[in-house]
Amino acid sequence: MSIKPISLIAVCAAISGLLGGCKTVAPYDYSNYRAHPPRSILVLPPLNESLNLDGTYSYLSTVTQPVADHGYYVFPVAVVDRFLKENGMPTAGEMQQIPLDKAASILGADAVLFLTLKQYGSKYQLLNSVTTVEVQARLVDTRTATLLWSGHALKQVNPNNSGGGILASLVAAAVSQIINAKTDSAHQVSRMANVDLFEQKTVGLPYGPYSPRFNQFP
Amino acid sequence: MSRPSFKGTAVAVLLCACGVTGCVTQQPTLYSWGNYENTIYAEYVTPEKLPPEKQIELLEQDYQQARAANKRVPPGWHAHLGYLYYQLGKLDQARQELLTEKAEFPESAIFMDRLLANLQKS
Repeated sequence: MSIKPISLIAVCAAISGLLGGCKTVAPYDYSNYRAHPPRSILVLPPLNESLNLDGTYSYLSTVTQPVADHGYYVFPVAVVDRFLKENGMPTAGEMQQIPLDKAASILGADAVLFLTLKQYGSKYQLLNSVTTVEVQARLVDTRTATLLWSGHALKQVNPNNSGGGILASLVAAAVSQIINAKTDSAHQVSRMANVDLFEQKTVGLPYGPYSPRFNQFP
Repeated sequence: MSRPSFKGTAVAVLLCACGVTGCVTQQPTLYSWGNYENTIYAEYVTPEKLPPEKQIELLEQDYQQARAANKRVPPGWHAHLGYLYYQLGKLDQARQELLTEKAEFPESAIFMDRLLANLQKS
């Protein structure tokens, strides 16, 4: 008695679902996105609701790569930050109040990525420590104010158990003395959180025009 | 009774292999990233350790590596380098980088024209 391929597929799918540790999440409704697909994204410095004072810029410096690698033009985050500061918006909170029509007319952005850090940093205990990055993201169309996409990620790493080697290997050699993974492990965990935030199947950020997967949905 | 076709089994195995990788699709990078984001991090969080001169040096090295690998530098990269040159008062180099950003990524045109106009005044 042979096994039909179709049942093999079913069994494999079930097993891989278990092994992959997939949470079943409802697929994101991309209809707003399909109506107004952006080419360019203005990433604003994140609102920081955590207790870590460096959170805003520690996290901001990890967002360009995943969004640009999704195929979008990402405005230079540090230049934008400086520009907005010189134009009367000294804090991330004030920057996130920027009128959408100004983001379109002054900067030429098709969409703005609003980020909020809910948690950012490490909790040290006697024998243990855990580093947490929790971030919320909202991508808004500058011309219609439509919410194009939103996402959420919560990543927790215990460097003592598993993450130490991973964290160290993520630090680029040229600046390894400058970026100290021990004092700012949240910066490293940010990159893992961003994988969850932007690349998760059925809920992640769609692919933009510079991506070979343009017009595909995660 | 029919044996499962080789094709059918192959598809099943392939699906299995894909499925085990989990819920995220790791994507290939489109650009040569070098130290772009690391210099941004350092500028904000540990500015005393990486002055603009040193950042420019790292970025120019990255540019040579990107050229050698025949890869593009990421969106925003040239504008960022231009902004570093501007901080050092090297306005011609700043202008050149802003123009390159605009040429490489037309989406930046409105912002770059605004910065170029401001540069003209300074």
